[in-house]
Amino acid sequence: MKVLETTDLEQKFQDKIDREVKIEPNDWMPDAYRKTLIRQMSQHAHSEIVGMLPEANWITRAPNLRRKAVLLAKVQDEAGHGLYLYSATETLGADREATIDDLHSGKAKYSSIFNYPALSWADIGAIGWLVDGAAIMNQVALCRCSYGPYARAMVKICKEESFHQRQGYESLTKLAQGTPEQKELAQDALNRFWWPSLMMFGPNDDESPNSAQSMKWKIKRLSNDDLRQNFIDATVPQAELIGLKVPDENLKWNEETGHYDFTPINWDEFWQVVNGNGPCNKQRVDARRKAKEEGMWVREAALAFAEKRKKKQTA
Amino acid sequence: MKNEALFRYLLRLGDDSLILGQRLAEWCGHGPILEEDIAMTNISLDLIGQAMSLLDYAGVIEGKDRNCDKLGLLRYEKEYVNVLLVEQPNGDFGDTIMRQFLFDAFRKPLYERLVNSSDKQLAAIADKSLKETRYHLKHSSEWVIRLGDGTEESHERVQNSLDTLWRYADELFYTDEVEAKLTVEGILPDLSGIKAEWESTVKYVFSEATLEIPVNNWKFEGGRKGRHSEHFGHLLSELQYMQRAYPNMEW
Amino acid sequence: MSTKEWPLWEVFIRSKQGLNHKHVGSLRAADSTMALDNARDVYTRRSEGISIWVVESNYVHANDPADADAYFEPSDTKIFRHPTFYEVHEGIKHM
Repeated sequence: MKVLETTDLEQKFQDKIDREVKIEPNDWMPDAYRKTLIRQMSQHAHSEIVGMLPEANWITRAPNLRRKAVLLAKVQDEAGHGLYLYSATETLGADREATIDDLHSGKAKYSSIFNYPALSWADIGAIGWLVDGAAIMNQVALCRCSYGPYARAMVKICKEESFHQRQGYESLTKLAQGTPEQKELAQDALNRFWWPSLMMFGPNDDESPNSAQSMKWKIKRLSNDDLRQNFIDATVPQAELIGLKVPDENLKWNEETGHYDFTPINWDEFWQVVNGNGPCNKQRVDARRKAKEEGMWVREAALAFAEKRKKKQTA
Repeated sequence: MKNEALFRYLLRLGDDSLILGQRLAEWCGHGPILEEDIAMTNISLDLIGQAMSLLDYAGVIEGKDRNCDKLGLLRYEKEYVNVLLVEQPNGDFGDTIMRQFLFDAFRKPLYERLVNSSDKQLAAIADKSLKETRYHLKHSSEWVIRLGDGTEESHERVQNSLDTLWRYADELFYTDEVEAKLTVEGILPDLSGIKAEWESTVKYVFSEATLEIPVNNWKFEGGRKGRHSEHFGHLLSELQYMQRAYPNMEW
Repeated sequence: MSTKEWPLWEVFIRSKQGLNHKHVGSLRAADSTMALDNARDVYTRRSEGISIWVVESNYVHANDPADADAYFEPSDTKIFRHPTFYEVHEGIKHM
């Protein structure tokens, strides 16, 4: 039997990807593919979990009980999605606890949108509409990702998330059509969340060095700029429909391209926030670390109890 | 008002659910592990759903055009009639689970009786809530046992939780002319066996958990009469924030 | 400063009476009771199921994908195991 050289294996692997055959956990894969996936999937999982915090901040203050229940269910979904994604990451041999430790030490990143504060009730609507809207753009594309467990998790997540964006838009619509105070809350939320939402798609394509390889591996199916443009094209009419103004003086429909033109993004702000200088970076990671530390005795107790009972049974 | 005693009784049930649901919601995003974060949110959601049904119905009985939001989010502090137990702060996970267990062990036999109420609406709410509560009790008892019979540290912590919360448990069985009147009217079935059932549940679970029932028999009460603990005003300041800051608006 | 993690469990759900349990994902739990509770809270929030199985992931054994050819390809050539392999007269009923 001929021993396959790594390059042969890599060629076979790429062939599979090109034929749209999904890669499953125990299949051979290049180290770099595994590493890229672990990085991207754990970042994605962390984003779900850290993303719970700005919204959870408003659960106890929701304006009525229906909204409180909806928000609870939504934030709970984010916890579930984090869990699906950590589980999918574990299939690559990346243990959940170690992955989370990387978040807490600052080694791993998460979507920088969650480093912005949720200051008013309207922000909850804006987050659902814009942040979940942007996330869904990205996630729908990821449902066709080449790695089976990731693609399956994304399918499940997309199904569940379809209510998130709708409830956000519905909630903001109510404000936009409400009293002058409510309308002002809604406009202010849009002003603050618009640009950070556009940044969620990541750097421009020519500044995104890993993108080409990820596209080749079909981990990524659409480029950052394409996704961003799709999002803008979809969202601007939604804002207009409820009488809110997108905070971009240069925003204009371009007949020729069939897309909206917009002001270039302030990438300096983006990198500052990514690298720790967002308004809430420290607060978010501290909250997660605290939850883990304060839960340690609980997790230990449950394990100790399970072991005791096992012994009792076998005794 | 159609029936003042029924209105007041529904507020008692509704406020217990609402305030405990609100407390549990504070955990969202901060649970000891992801799976349990999700579990606590589920319980919170059930309780808030129960509160909505109970308070909406209370509003109907009252007949003054108040729904669950007006009743739930716009009364003054002394008009809330939840027991003191449910408003106690979350503390650590052991405190939260112990508070939940003492409450669930009461709520389950209560709902088991209320499903037989001659008031169809109350019976229907109890029927739906009973299924939820059975699960809550299963969940909280399992955790009390795990923590009690887990490590030395968890045993000590949850024993402390029990020592602190025990004094609030008796108020769960508070009754006055409200229950008396509704019993005469046949709206409330015989509730007398609840305490014995509660005692047998807690005794069993605490013995499995190797926990000692406190010898301190001092009992706190006041919530049912609108006299709350210091914590309660802060809870309301969050619960009512939007309704107070932006009055008379639709959300 | 990580402590020992709770074991990983695979979750299988029967979505309705008459169907198989189907793998839906995994989770962490200290024991089987907790694994069932957690599976209920994590995987059946939208009425996805009426019955749950959990299996500790350690106890799931899988074939080596490197042997996939030897395992599965030999059956590809046994097309006579499929009814479409056989020709019957047109108009024959109940077959």
